[in-house]
Amino acid sequence: MNTYEPIIGLEIHVELATVSKMFCGCKNDPFFASHPNIYTCPVCLGMPGGLPVPNKKAVEWTILLGHALGCKISPESKFDRKNYFYPDLPKGYQITQYDQPLAIDGKLGNIQIRRVHLEEDTGKLIHATVEGKRVSLVDFNRSGVPLVEIVTEPDFRTVEEVDQFLKKLQQIIRYLGISNADLEKGSMRLEPSISVRLSESTKLPEYRVEIKNINSFKFVKEAIEAESMRQMHDPKERYQATRRYDEKTRTTVLMRAKEEAQDYRYFPEPDIPPMRFEKTYIEELRDRLPELPDAKYARFMKMYSLGDQDSGLLTETRKLADYFEECIKITKKIGLVDKISVKRIANWLINKRPDMETVLPAKFIEEIRNVVTVVELPSEEITGAIAIVLETKKQAVEDYKNGKEQALMFLLGQVIKKLKGKGDKQIIAEKLKEKIASYGR
Amino acid sequence: MKLNTLTLTQAIEKLKKKEFSLSELYSDIQLAIEKQNKELNIYLKVDEDAVKKAHKKENEMLAGVPIAVKDNFLTVGLPTTAASKVLEGFMPPYESTVTKKLQDAGGVVIGKTNMDAWAHGSSTETSDFGPTKNPRNTEYLPGGSSGGSAAAVAADMCIAAIGSETAGSIRQPVAWCGVVGLKPTYGRVSRAGVVAMGSSLDCPGPIGKTVEDCAMLLNVIAGKDPYDATTLPQPILDFTKNFKKGVKGMRVGMCYIDHPQLVGTPVDHAVKEAGNVFERLGASVELVKLSDQIKLNTILTPDYAISLYTIVQRAEVSSNLARYDGIRYGNDRSNFGEEAKRRVMLGTFALSKGYANKYYLRAQQVRSLYIQNFKQLFERYDLLISSPSPGYALPLGASTNDPMFGELQDFLVEPSSLAGLPGISVPCFRDPSTNLYLGLNIMANYWQEEKMLAAAYAFEQSTQWNSWIKK
Repeated sequence: MNTYEPIIGLEIHVELATVSKMFCGCKNDPFFASHPNIYTCPVCLGMPGGLPVPNKKAVEWTILLGHALGCKISPESKFDRKNYFYPDLPKGYQITQYDQPLAIDGKLGNIQIRRVHLEEDTGKLIHATVEGKRVSLVDFNRSGVPLVEIVTEPDFRTVEEVDQFLKKLQQIIRYLGISNADLEKGSMRLEPSISVRLSESTKLPEYRVEIKNINSFKFVKEAIEAESMRQMHDPKERYQATRRYDEKTRTTVLMRAKEEAQDYRYFPEPDIPPMRFEKTYIEELRDRLPELPDAKYARFMKMYSLGDQDSGLLTETRKLADYFEECIKITKKIGLVDKISVKRIANWLINKRPDMETVLPAKFIEEIRNVVTVVELPSEEITGAIAIVLETKKQAVEDYKNGKEQALMFLLGQVIKKLKGKGDKQIIAEKLKEKIASYGR
Repeated sequence: MKLNTLTLTQAIEKLKKKEFSLSELYSDIQLAIEKQNKELNIYLKVDEDAVKKAHKKENEMLAGVPIAVKDNFLTVGLPTTAASKVLEGFMPPYESTVTKKLQDAGGVVIGKTNMDAWAHGSSTETSDFGPTKNPRNTEYLPGGSSGGSAAAVAADMCIAAIGSETAGSIRQPVAWCGVVGLKPTYGRVSRAGVVAMGSSLDCPGPIGKTVEDCAMLLNVIAGKDPYDATTLPQPILDFTKNFKKGVKGMRVGMCYIDHPQLVGTPVDHAVKEAGNVFERLGASVELVKLSDQIKLNTILTPDYAISLYTIVQRAEVSSNLARYDGIRYGNDRSNFGEEAKRRVMLGTFALSKGYANKYYLRAQQVRSLYIQNFKQLFERYDLLISSPSPGYALPLGASTNDPMFGELQDFLVEPSSLAGLPGISVPCFRDPSTNLYLGLNIMANYWQEEKMLAAAYAFEQSTQWNSWIKK
């Protein structure tokens, strides 16, 4: 029997978190806008005479992302118009990049990145019933928000690879601080394209099915699975098309087939002069790259002798990693390196997950220090207190052995009382349990 | 003397000296409008409050003088239609950079002038609100697309005016109406707030009674604009400073008069005559032979420019008009006139898959050849002179049923416009039997408007063709 394998590529759209929009001075904050159409102007509303003026920061951030993904940065780039009609596109064209994207030929893991380019987001259509009438409303708060598009080669063969890639990409984007890449808020949107071929084949299929705008990692997996199964089961379904994923039925639904494919009539955007980047400028931007997750992870393992899991957890976000290193710095500064080990800081961070906004590293170290100081009560003192309690409260010990959980709490309370509140509750509880287990043997 | 016949420079000077009041000036202007607008159809809208606004600007540079503005510039408080029914009744929510600068400098927009709808044309006959007539002879066209602004100046229905040019839309109507008009270097004047036609070509520019007036208005409207990424931060020159310097020692090349279409025509004669004037004024003048240029494997000949210009401009038009879907503002698409529809269709075709390489990209390649050619020419010449139009104004109705009317009318300025070069047109002949004028197109290298103005001023002063300069 023939076996098939899916060939998967990805297109990822990410809204950049610049202060203003891509081509005008309007505030870029569509998700938290209190009302529709408050962050708009003649440019992002497509009024007559409105002209786009590119946002330098957005261009820099796209180049930065290109660097982070190991891309070649194009010394010459430009914007193009993609012409099509849709009510959420007020100019009748989208300003995007066609044949000279800002970055090309990158790699993330085993996946080749074909291109990274910059464009503008569209407005948002809302279909609602107003005064008993079914209407379509347009909110242009999102119109003209800078949008980066990342296109991979069709290098994925499994959904796990896709999942891993997307999570890594999201992590990198967040590390760069260029977007919160939040799928729920729509600032990261996913479009897998899928085709299938015989497993022994090495040629790329001549068609692909693109699945539009998916907003969760879970759905992207489900969509790819559903779509590849569909294509594997029915050879007639292997043709160029655009589909969407229906989360309720867990199936993909046809939007348009190839013969209905649009001709976007791309041409260079005459309102924006082409961009030329000095080599030094490109290099300067590369120097601005922060340490990326993989490098940080490796360094943490080596520098702090942390395990694989701890390093991974601590480098999950740049904020946590920075917090961790700040804690270490403070420990050194106040001469507590002997008492509070790196490993202990790591454990505390991973287990306690302090609120990094309110608990500053110094305060956090203070907390560890307090506990460590008490824990360092001579263990004989703890065992002594436990022994006394066990001797005097025999009934409670019996009750606990017979399954009364609250008896343990009673005993613990007694021990703590004896210790006058000193010592780590958890450690005392463990010792107590240990003693009870061996008690009377 | 009627005050509306004053030039911009005179009006400002006399107002500052308090030789008359703004009210008197506006009343003469108003009278001229009332008497002529019905017949000439120059203003689509006159601002009834203009004189009130003017009084607040008395002490500013432009002293509150009335300026006519082409209807493709967005003006708050005055409807802006680009002479298309699609935008009939459209009240702009913001002000174009040019009209803002104009008003900041003390100018008042007296009214909005007629034009070919969407600036698609060279006759002002394709306006959805009826054609404008040439004030010099009402049986003739004023030219276009800035026909209304050129005619407003010619008819003394304003003190000066603003137009816009894509290729010829300032210089051709000013030539036909016997006034002065300047197309700046692309990027010298902001397009922000101007209804876009051919975005890579559009240039706002001044139209005036004299060269000096144009220099003064250019001063006001030029400069880098944060709202137009294609404007450049060229040093802001004071164009009124050096325009009297003359042309002594300048090298002047005469272009296109050996083109088969021009040989032996009044234009051929007038340009050669202008060459003689410049020679007398101390410049060295020679003919830039088309045949020599062909030998040099360059493409001075304007013949290719017609198709090149048509493709580039139609492509941009097809995209620029997409926003007028009638959803957010304006009226629906059924209001588009024939010419706009034709342009959208042709432009859409030129950009469509399988054809874009053949037409649009090819056109852009030829465009860079023209740019190269001009680069070489301006190594040899300070100025190039020619005519903005192959002849005199044509009679009313001449553009009807000729979809290529504009392109053929403007073929002499298309090459330099495609290159983004500046030019100024000054009257260089008047046919006494028809009272119709010819214009002299003086072109300079990028950002060399100053040189161009000096030559135009010298020419104007030493000839008899400017009807406001009394000899």
